[in-house]
Amino acid sequence: MTELDRRQFLQLAAFGGAVFSSALPGVARAAADDFYFVQLSDTHWGFEGPENPDAHGTLPKAIAAVNALAEQPDFVIFTGDLTHTTEDGRERRRRLAEFQQQARALKVREVRYIPGEHDAALDQGKAFSEFFGPTHYVFDHRGVHFIVLDNVSDPAAKLGDAQLAWLQADLQGQPRDARIVVFAHRPLFDLYPQWDWATRDGAQALELLQAQTNVVVFYGHIHQENHHMTGAIAHHSAKSLIFPLPAPGSQPKRTPVAWDPSQPYRGLGFREVEAEPDTPRYVLSELPVTRG
Amino acid sequence: MAVNSLRRAIVIALPAAALAQSEGVLELHVVARRFRFDPETLRVRAGVPVLLRLTSPEVPMGFNLPDFGVRTDIVPGKEAQLRFTPQRTGQFTFLCDVFCGNGHENMSGTLEVHG
Repeated sequence: MTELDRRQFLQLAAFGGAVFSSALPGVARAAADDFYFVQLSDTHWGFEGPENPDAHGTLPKAIAAVNALAEQPDFVIFTGDLTHTTEDGRERRRRLAEFQQQARALKVREVRYIPGEHDAALDQGKAFSEFFGPTHYVFDHRGVHFIVLDNVSDPAAKLGDAQLAWLQADLQGQPRDARIVVFAHRPLFDLYPQWDWATRDGAQALELLQAQTNVVVFYGHIHQENHHMTGAIAHHSAKSLIFPLPAPGSQPKRTPVAWDPSQPYRGLGFREVEAEPDTPRYVLSELPVTRG
Repeated sequence: MAVNSLRRAIVIALPAAALAQSEGVLELHVVARRFRFDPETLRVRAGVPVLLRLTSPEVPMGFNLPDFGVRTDIVPGKEAQLRFTPQRTGQFTFLCDVFCGNGHENMSGTLEVHG
C-alpha cells in the first residue's frame, strides 16, 4: 500500500464506504514526504449576535470535525481573529483563555496561532503574545519553510519596517526555489481596500516574496474563500467559523451574510492543505463545520 | 480686488450633505467618531477641488478614499487635511482604516461626485 498516497487513501475511504484506517493498520500513513495541515480562521470567540445563533457551539463543532478526520493533520493553524474585539483588557484575556482551552481539545501534536486585528490591534498584540507567543515567526516542516506575518498588531494594518527587514533577512537565508508558505491574517495584496481588505505595506512584502519562485499565501480576515494570483504567488483566503461575509464589492457595506436557519453553518468551514511530495503543489480541500 | 483674493479658495462652511455650488475649493468638515463619520455622505462636483478637514474627538482614526488614492490618519486634538479633485462621477466608499474597536468594520461613508 505504500504506493497509495494519503489523498488516494482518503478518496478510497470516502467513496468505498467500508474502508477505515483503524481496520487497516499502517495504511493511513502516507508516503514519507506527504503531509497536510488544517487551516481554521476567524473564530471570533466572544461574538454574540443573530449572524450566528450558535456562536459558542461552532468552534467546538469544528474542532470535533477536525478530530474526526480519517488521518490527523501534521499541524493545525488558526489564522487570526481568534477572539472578537473588546476594549476591556481583562475581558480580552478571558476570551483568549477560553479560546485556548477550546483549542486544547484538538487531537493534534501541534497547533499554531496568528493574531487578527480583533485580537491584537487595540493593544498591539500584548495579550495575544502572553498566551501564544510571538505574533510573527518562522518554522520548518518536512522541507517546507513557513513564515507567519503579523499585519494586524499595528492598528493601521502595517507590517512595519522592522518586520519587513526581518522578512528580507529570513528570505536571504533561503534558496531561491525553497518551498515557502506564508500565513497572514489580512490579504497582503489590495483585495478590496474599500472594505479595508488590504495591508498598508503589503506590496513591499510581496516584492520581497516575488524574488522566490515557490511561494503560496494563506490568510483569513474576509470570512470566505478567495483565490488570487500576484505574479507567481497564489493567495488563498479561508472561510470563517463565525459568520460569512459578502463577496468583495457585492453590496454597499460589508454586513455579514445573514444566518439561514434552513441551512445552519452555511458558508462556514475549515480547510485541509495537502503538501504533495516532490512537487511544489498544494491541494486544497474545503470542509464544512458539520456534515449535517 | 487683490489677485490673491481672486485666487483665494472659496471656502464655504457647508452643512453635512451640501453640494458645491461654485468654482473654487469646496471645504468640508468631517468628524470621525466611534464608529461613524459625521457626515456619512459627502456630495461634491467633478472637477471642483475639495479640502477635507478631519477631526477625531476620541481615538486615532483613518480616512481612506481608495478610489481616489487619498488617505490620512486622524489624531485626536489635531486637524488632518486632505486635498483632492475628483474627476470621476459616481458613488465611492471612504472608510476608517485604523482599527478603532468593536464597530470599526461599520465605519464607512459615501462620496457622491456629481457632474
